[in-house]
Amino acid sequence: MAVNVINEKCKGCQKCIKVCPFNAITMEEKLAVIGPSCTGCGVCVDACPFKAIEKTEEAAHTKDLSVYHDVWVFAEQREGKLMGVAIELLGEGKKLAAEIGCKLCAVLCGENVDGLVDELIAYGADKVYYANAPELKSYNTDAYTKTIYEAISKYKPEIVLLGATHIGRDLGPCLAVKCGTGLTADCTKLEIDPEDKKLKQTRPAFGGNLMATIICPNHRPQMSTVRPGVMEKPKYDKSRKGELVKLAVSFKDGDIRMKVLEIVKHVADVVSLTDADIIVSGGRGLGSPEGFDLLREFAKKLGGTIGASRAAVDSGWIDHAYQVGQTGTTVKPKIYFACGISGAIQHLAGMQNSGYIIAVNKNENAPIFEVADYGIVGDLYKVIPAIMAELDK
Amino acid sequence: MIFSEKHELIRKLVRDFAEKEFTSDMLDELEETGEFNWEIFRKMAAAGFTGAKLPVQYGGQGSDYLTYVIMLEELARVSPVLAIYANTSNSLGGGPLLLSGNEEQLQKYLRPAATGEKILVFALTEPGAGTDAGGTTTTAVLDGDYYVMNGRKTFISGAPVADYAIIYAKTDLKQKGARGISAFIVDMKLPGVSLGKDEKKMGIIGYPTCDIILEDVRVHKSDLLGELDRGFSNAMKTLDGGRLGVAAMSCGIGQACLDESIKYSKERKQFGQPIANFQAISFMIADMATELQAAKELVYNAAVLKDLNRPDAPQACYMAKYYASEMCNRLAAHAVQIHGGYGYIKDYKVERLYRDARINTIYEGTSQVQQMVIAANLLK
Amino acid sequence: MRIIVLAKQVPDTNEVKIDPVKGTLIRDGVPSILNPDDANALEAALAAKDQFPGSTVSVLSMGPGQACYMLRECLAMGADDAYLLSSRTFGGADTCATSTTLAAGIRKLGKFDIIFAGRQAIDGDTAQVGPQTAYRLGIPVVTYVMKIREYKEKSVVVERQLEDGYEVIEVSLPCMLTAVKELNEPRYMTIGRIEEAYKKTITIWDENDVALKPESCGLKASPTQVFRSFTPPPKGKGEMLKGTVPEMAAQLVAKLTEKHVL
Repeated sequence: MAVNVINEKCKGCQKCIKVCPFNAITMEEKLAVIGPSCTGCGVCVDACPFKAIEKTEEAAHTKDLSVYHDVWVFAEQREGKLMGVAIELLGEGKKLAAEIGCKLCAVLCGENVDGLVDELIAYGADKVYYANAPELKSYNTDAYTKTIYEAISKYKPEIVLLGATHIGRDLGPCLAVKCGTGLTADCTKLEIDPEDKKLKQTRPAFGGNLMATIICPNHRPQMSTVRPGVMEKPKYDKSRKGELVKLAVSFKDGDIRMKVLEIVKHVADVVSLTDADIIVSGGRGLGSPEGFDLLREFAKKLGGTIGASRAAVDSGWIDHAYQVGQTGTTVKPKIYFACGISGAIQHLAGMQNSGYIIAVNKNENAPIFEVADYGIVGDLYKVIPAIMAELDK
Repeated sequence: MIFSEKHELIRKLVRDFAEKEFTSDMLDELEETGEFNWEIFRKMAAAGFTGAKLPVQYGGQGSDYLTYVIMLEELARVSPVLAIYANTSNSLGGGPLLLSGNEEQLQKYLRPAATGEKILVFALTEPGAGTDAGGTTTTAVLDGDYYVMNGRKTFISGAPVADYAIIYAKTDLKQKGARGISAFIVDMKLPGVSLGKDEKKMGIIGYPTCDIILEDVRVHKSDLLGELDRGFSNAMKTLDGGRLGVAAMSCGIGQACLDESIKYSKERKQFGQPIANFQAISFMIADMATELQAAKELVYNAAVLKDLNRPDAPQACYMAKYYASEMCNRLAAHAVQIHGGYGYIKDYKVERLYRDARINTIYEGTSQVQQMVIAANLLK
Repeated sequence: MRIIVLAKQVPDTNEVKIDPVKGTLIRDGVPSILNPDDANALEAALAAKDQFPGSTVSVLSMGPGQACYMLRECLAMGADDAYLLSSRTFGGADTCATSTTLAAGIRKLGKFDIIFAGRQAIDGDTAQVGPQTAYRLGIPVVTYVMKIREYKEKSVVVERQLEDGYEVIEVSLPCMLTAVKELNEPRYMTIGRIEEAYKKTITIWDENDVALKPESCGLKASPTQVFRSFTPPPKGKGEMLKGTVPEMAAQLVAKLTEKHVL
């Protein structure tokens, strides 16, 4: 879809220039001109008081899309365990498949992880495509891309969903290029258009300042990576039955150009921010890395874990693994404590769907209070101990 | 002034550097200990600050006066004292050499100063000769291949950390006033060179200052800088250039005062609203911004004139130094006033800015000297 | 080594604010910057150049003419030369079309040993352009590189960041590596190199220069399209607690207990 200026209607008011997030519009001879930075986001279309900007549909391709069927979910496993996001995707994929009226399939790569096949079926997969080979034991970009690409070429799914993990975000782009199709990263919402049954993928863009709904009208499969922790997990039903399809796997010299020599896990307390019910996060307002000691104590008392804003991570006070936000982890705990976090948009993007948000900040004008269910203006070093004392009562 | 993209990029470099590297912990430590911070000095040298406007063939970065003033403004905005770290070699330290040094002296002394390997300072003022620099009583008497130097230089910024000093001394005792003075490059490790105690200053704490005492110091005649008995004009011309640096740093201080005042007046509430809503405050801020901009334009204009080597450049520098240094003191006073009681305690940045601003109307020619010279130029 | 760095000029999205009343983006005063992860990519390239004297570092970008400013910054950090793919035809490209264009630019640059790119750009956060460009060039890619352990004759050993640790990967050269923030600390420009950067020429190429047909570029070659964009609706403001610190703490605990969340 291209954005065009209707010159006859343009009055040269420059409103579009001010709203364009990508600085793509310029004035030439008192008319707005859309430049090459345009991403087609359409913000200017809504902003134009004279309806002088329009989005135009490209002529549809003649490619036959009717041969593509089913919704596929990449069943990401690490050390023989399914990643939480893969299960979440089965839940979401099931809904999409029901709306389209097709099957939900999982595609599983690994070495002797047969047990996961039943698990995938129990979580809702109608069919499991399973590639079993030593080369697929742990994730390898080349090996996984080749295997899944061959399966996609053969079985032609119409939708492929991957978790937006460090692995899914590596595999997705490679697969999309091989398949010659589009990919929408980090989706937070997926819907099926009731009219044409096409997938509408919504994702935060522009540092979380803008939400964009993306479509992939003329190419198949429609591919998305989906943020962990956003979709709901389906119920586990051991009685479900499904079909197993084994994928033929063969590699020749030069197919795999990288080798994983070692996998190292963080020895520190493994933070599972996405699974936590209660998160106590700290930001620049802590003033020093020691501030996290207090938050750790508080989180422990609540049975939760700690998180951090980008400012705290950038200051080197805490590891990146704890970062909540657009460039960190998206979380959805029951309770989220934001301590000394001003509430930059990039942080809000990662936590605003929490059940209850409680903000503690010295500055009463901090934007975090705009999203907080309960706000306390005060010194967190006084407020947190007071809450802990209250909990002890 | 509308800047070229190149100068915008220079500003971005220095601003990013200052905001990231000049941490509040470091600035507090400077203030508490008063000691020179070698680590940040080396980092600043690596980014090219110490050699910003010095020629490439002498280890410098080959940029211009406009770069120099932008750099000092942005550094002083975060830390007036650390701005001086970048200033000395470009200004009073390197200036005399650039004006009068021969090739050998430039390679030997200017190059390491430009790259930050060595520190070169300027020593003109004496206990009895401040504004009246012609009253110099330090002497240098030829003895074979050496000049034997005796005397005392006072308030020498950077002397405690200097490797070399440019020292002005009377070489012809018969000539009066400014005549008969020569400039020497003195190695601070020479026998007979000693330092007075570090001065306890009101502001710019962390760039140490002390006296240099010369007792029968034998300086080789190859370290005579420029012509014999003609050193005074070298000193005056150096100071002409240096004034622009002080003017630029004053603008940085003024900017910091304005930034802090805007921020605080929006946060601080009295009578149920931010104090920025009161005209008493907002008009003060309007005046501050206007005066600051006027000073900046004087400074940028003077820098461009210097780059074009125009004859009216010195007068522009006097005016810029005079106006900008007075401006930053007015702005600092306003900033403290806007902060009220908080502005008087050391937790707030404006308290330090107020003290750091004060030296600018004094060193490298007091405001009154600038007035004298500006008037003399107009009335001659 | 012949090293290529992919860089993008982006709006500093951390500086963007939303008008609380109108719900629109406030872009005034938002500077355009070198994408942060790309700065790490460039630093990795410059560090390799320091390690292997005689190496060259070329920076390649796609974008409008203003992106030259960002490329000058790359030169001022130490890159040897810079190239910009710029044409109206490239406009509206999704990651798929962008990678086609960048791959064409890289082919035009000729033989190389390694390509560094940032993991993702802060205006799109897709993390797709790096790996997609690599796949178009037929070279292997390692994303999320947080450490370079060793350059060998025909391979490089790197650490790839995972959510809960890292993998050590040996990948054959030539290859593409995409950098995360943890990889390094980008160096500063220097004043002298800024001076030099403005004496250099930035080469600008359009689709003809890199032998691409217009239909292979930009919007026309983008499988994905933006259907609509909107600013996320702000969550309604809740309750500000009042009183002394112990009073507020007591109120909070009472309210959460009452709602059965504690």
